[in-house]
Amino acid sequence: MAVCVAVIAKENYPLYIRSIPTENELKFHYMVHTSLDVVDEKISAMGKALVDQRELYLGLLYPTEDYKVYPSHQSPCVESTFPNQLCRYGYVTNSKVKFVMVVDSSNTALRDNEIRSMFRKLHNSYTDVMCNPFYNPGDRIHSRAFDSMVTSMMIQVC
Amino acid sequence: MEAAAGGGCGSGPPLLLSEGEQQCYSELFARCVGAAGGGPGSGPPEAARTVPGTVTAAAGPVADLFRASQLPAETLHQITELCGAKRVGYFGPTQFYIALKLIAAAQSGLPVRIESIKCELPLPRFMMSKTDAEIRFGNPAELHGTKVQIPYLITEKNTFKRMDDEDKQETQSPTMSPLASPPSSPPHYQRVPLSHGYSKLRSSTEQMHPAPYEARQPLVQPEGPSSGAPGAKPPRHKASLIRSFSVEREPHDNSSNYPDEPWRITEEQREYYVNQFRSLQPDPSSFISGSVAKNFFTKSKLSIPELSYIWELSDADCDGALTLPEFCAAFHLIVARKNGYPLPEGLPPTLQPEYLQAAFPKPKRECTLFDSYSESMPANQQPRDLNRMEKLSIKDTADFPVPTQDVTSDDKQEQNKTRLALKSTADEALPKDMSEDPATSKDSNSLKARPRSRSYSSTSIEEAMKRGEDPPTPPPRPQKTHSRASSLDLNKVFQPSVPATKSGLLPPPPALPPRPCPSQISHHNVNSERSAHPKPPTQLPNYGDFRLQKQSEQVSEAEIHPQLNRAPSQVAESSPTKKDIPHSQPPSKPIRRKFRPENSATESQEPPSTVGGPVSAASGKPHAAVQKQSSKQKKAIQTAIRKNKEANAVLARLNSELQQQLKEVHQERIALENQLEQLRPVTVL
Repeated sequence: MAVCVAVIAKENYPLYIRSIPTENELKFHYMVHTSLDVVDEKISAMGKALVDQRELYLGLLYPTEDYKVYPSHQSPCVESTFPNQLCRYGYVTNSKVKFVMVVDSSNTALRDNEIRSMFRKLHNSYTDVMCNPFYNPGDRIHSRAFDSMVTSMMIQVC
Repeated sequence: MEAAAGGGCGSGPPLLLSEGEQQCYSELFARCVGAAGGGPGSGPPEAARTVPGTVTAAAGPVADLFRASQLPAETLHQITELCGAKRVGYFGPTQFYIALKLIAAAQSGLPVRIESIKCELPLPRFMMSKTDAEIRFGNPAELHGTKVQIPYLITEKNTFKRMDDEDKQETQSPTMSPLASPPSSPPHYQRVPLSHGYSKLRSSTEQMHPAPYEARQPLVQPEGPSSGAPGAKPPRHKASLIRSFSVEREPHDNSSNYPDEPWRITEEQREYYVNQFRSLQPDPSSFISGSVAKNFFTKSKLSIPELSYIWELSDADCDGALTLPEFCAAFHLIVARKNGYPLPEGLPPTLQPEYLQAAFPKPKRECTLFDSYSESMPANQQPRDLNRMEKLSIKDTADFPVPTQDVTSDDKQEQNKTRLALKSTADEALPKDMSEDPATSKDSNSLKARPRSRSYSSTSIEEAMKRGEDPPTPPPRPQKTHSRASSLDLNKVFQPSVPATKSGLLPPPPALPPRPCPSQISHHNVNSERSAHPKPPTQLPNYGDFRLQKQSEQVSEAEIHPQLNRAPSQVAESSPTKKDIPHSQPPSKPIRRKFRPENSATESQEPPSTVGGPVSAASGKPHAAVQKQSSKQKKAIQTAIRKNKEANAVLARLNSELQQQLKEVHQERIALENQLEQLRPVTVL
């Protein structure tokens, strides 16, 4: 299930971040941030290759790592590892807008195709948001349609 | 006109009915009779009166009607008794009228007495929706439309504002004094739940305005004499429609057929929206681009997030452009929002483009209809520009600065709104039948298809602009063509007298200079262009021309100048070489020759580059001496040399940096060793 979905602008600032366990939102922010480095690396590795649909999808960015849940925020030193495998997936558009998705694969190991379809839906919703003339590129995304689509992704995969 | 109703019946004192009452009562009577068994139409009151015996209203509908008046049962009994029905055993017209009058009196708070009916009373109010008479009563057709409109408007506005109000009580409260005159009706109208009004509107067909008015006031008690005969038939028709669309009293009427009353676009509103659309985009079947719509809607002074959300709702195909139905939906949402309605979670079904397309198949046609209709209306009615908005709220139309008409219309709102709204509702009822226009659905599809292409227009414009901004990348090829033309001449020209031609050529064409020129110039210093330059060959020292062209780089200029000095001398040399070279590259040759500017650009770049480096010296010589193969080799060698130089430079830089780092590391090491020494004084011991 997608625990976190983020849309990062070309300049690497977030346009939209939403995570399901809202209490650890900051952690997800950090995760997404670190994933950006991997994304950039993959982008540059592609060089001048034409970016087509397939290459927009970057696949698994990070090897799965344990998802550490802090029992209490007051004592960050004490960590109890929670064996949730988190997979981060990346996707970049032609305009260098990046989508990062953190998926908890503990329940079901999502197939690659499912991830791709989720990204495709994200991309479509994103273009719909772009089509709105009242949306200035670079603003945070407040579109309700986009929100509902992301919610459906997060819940359904749950 | 006053008529004595009770004349022939002898059931009671003569009943004086005002015109409106006559109408109402006759209608009601007809209904009851008709409900009983398809009774006769409501003839003129006189007829009914004169033939009292033949027409009787069945007890059932009458009882229902009386119950609808919401008077206590006992009162109703009293009334029935008083009116003489009990006595005669049936509800003849006289009895019926008297009963109605008594009901009115009772509702007005007067005691149920025969005497009560002698004074002028408001029309009795019947709560149940099925009493079409009420509807008809509601139309104070006699009242000038203004009055009716005002109340209607107020009603509309209030209902809109207080969606939650349960207006039952209001309808019951006798707002009018016994001497109710039409003006007193406004309070009544206020109470009419919006939904009702709308339902009536929806159901009304295109009728004369009296009919719509009637339809509009289903719950409103008739203020005064209802409209005259003209409304008779249509109201009846409408009444049936209204009956079919009967709604509960709840103002919100969510359970009714029209749960989204505020989201329905009335005819007037539709006309207004279409006009606005036309003002933005003359072709109603085309669409408005996003930026145009954005500017337009921004004038409504709603917040950008809200406008963004409205756009999201209304642009069904998400193409960044609005077709006419989408535009109407968006406009309607904006109007509703300005009137205080919360924006819906999803696009209401009545605002869906398909619905709008079907409901208003031919906006133009309806426009004309409306226009003709409005012309027939009294002068005080203002057609359309009235603002559909008025229906929603009186004040809001002014908010939209776009239509100045609205401001004026606002002034007249009170008079015209109701009327127009009524008209529009009348018109709207017709469009209800979606079956009307399969064609429009196709149109909508095609419209939808079109917006897709249109949405790209902006991008294409930008692309075009970008292309336009790209002057610097000039295709050298065109120069070739030119040169080709010139080459012929040049060849001939050159052969006879090279220098002369050269000099002659020098002045001419600075204009052509290839954009590459500046870029090339800049490259000079970098020693890059030579290979990149499409023109192969050798540097032609047409420095003179080159100088004519703009030089972005000072250095290049500087280089050029000395070269220029050499140019003349070299020109002579180069010309012969050029002559040789042309064999292999005819196009390039002419370029060199004729298009000094270009040649100079290309060549200047080459020469400057050569000048920049040691190669420059060599370049001159090779040209003079070498054949085309040698020139090629030269070029290759020069390229290689240049690359090596670059590599050298890079490596040298790297080396220096590393040296620097090494120094720093050494220093750190020394510092650390010192610290270490200080830290172990003991060992020294």
